[in-house]
Amino acid sequence: MSAITHHIPDAILAAYTSGSLPHHYAVAVASHVSLCLQCRASLEAHQNMGGALLDATDRVAVSGHMKADLLAQLDAPVTPEPVYTRQGIYPRPVVEALKGQDPRWKSVGMGVRQSILSETKEGSVRLLYIPPGQAVPDHGHNGMEMTLVLQGSFSDETGHFGVGDIEIANEDLDHTPTADPGEACICLAATDAPLRFNALMPRLLQPFFRI
Amino acid sequence: MLQKKTEISEQTVWMLAVRDNRDRDAFCALFDHFAPRLKGFIMRTGCSAAQAEEIVQDVMLTVWRKAAMFDPHRAQVSAWIYQIARNRHIDVVRKENRPVPDELAEDPGSEPDASQILAIEQEAGELKKALSSLKPEQREIIEKAYLGELTHQEISDQTGLPLGTIKSRIRLGLERLRHELKGMR
Repeated sequence: MSAITHHIPDAILAAYTSGSLPHHYAVAVASHVSLCLQCRASLEAHQNMGGALLDATDRVAVSGHMKADLLAQLDAPVTPEPVYTRQGIYPRPVVEALKGQDPRWKSVGMGVRQSILSETKEGSVRLLYIPPGQAVPDHGHNGMEMTLVLQGSFSDETGHFGVGDIEIANEDLDHTPTADPGEACICLAATDAPLRFNALMPRLLQPFFRI
Repeated sequence: MLQKKTEISEQTVWMLAVRDNRDRDAFCALFDHFAPRLKGFIMRTGCSAAQAEEIVQDVMLTVWRKAAMFDPHRAQVSAWIYQIARNRHIDVVRKENRPVPDELAEDPGSEPDASQILAIEQEAGELKKALSSLKPEQREIIEKAYLGELTHQEISDQTGLPLGTIKSRIRLGLERLRHELKGMR
């Protein structure tokens, strides 16, 4: 754990704390925080900031019956919601997105597999399985891409990423993440637009066809 | 000169009474303190009074039901309630469940460490002072950010603002929290 060297910038953590970060990125941030004490401490500092603002907010009187209504509810039976916890390499937010099930892997070519956790028109978050030594197939993404390593490691033009490290790339970064030799690399990847693998195109031609 | 805090705040005392003894009077005291602030806070995002009250109701119910999760060594009561309120707000407005990290549990049966609780409160007090010394327009931006009204890009574009004090307070709190969290592993 102590080897985590790639963290989440403050502005993104603040956006996550306040809830303005879109859901697909929030899954990646919450997963990284599950693995990283430094970012957890940062997150808790942001929460203390939010608390200080809440405490200093001007009060607005609540309706007279509210407290009595609330007290009457304290003893009401509660249907317990499922509580998800870390399973193996998967932190809670991933387990929750999988609803406690195993990932359902689908091949995207060249031995790479993916399991989509959620995909909306706003963005998507998925697990990627990359065999040792394999490059991630060329993929188009608009906007920011977050990649969190859950098993193994990968390297690209910007550096080396091991378990718990998160790479935050903007759309300008034309990178080729490649799984390091040894263990297969499993990552959580969150992107803005739906991720499209151009698996049928030879890699050499891809720069010409990038969307 | 910093004045050393010697007593744990009443909010923390109430919250611990709710957590450990299911104390209803203490819960009422928390309600009286936080409900009007929560309502004001939530209404600042444009919610109607009625909708804000619904969220306040849910938040206070969560405070009662999830009291066991409150850890005074890591968070102020206000920070803990702030996060519950933001989560609930997002659940209601966006109709989606907010992803949260794995919990770090306290060692069962561990005694409260008053000096650590006081240190967190001291830190929060300094943070409040730093906040109140901001110019109104700076403060408004900070409030907007923590009310979820700025994107991460907008927050990051605010680097030109003289937020040094706030940032150093966050960093100090961070050092302390990091130390505390290490002890929990």
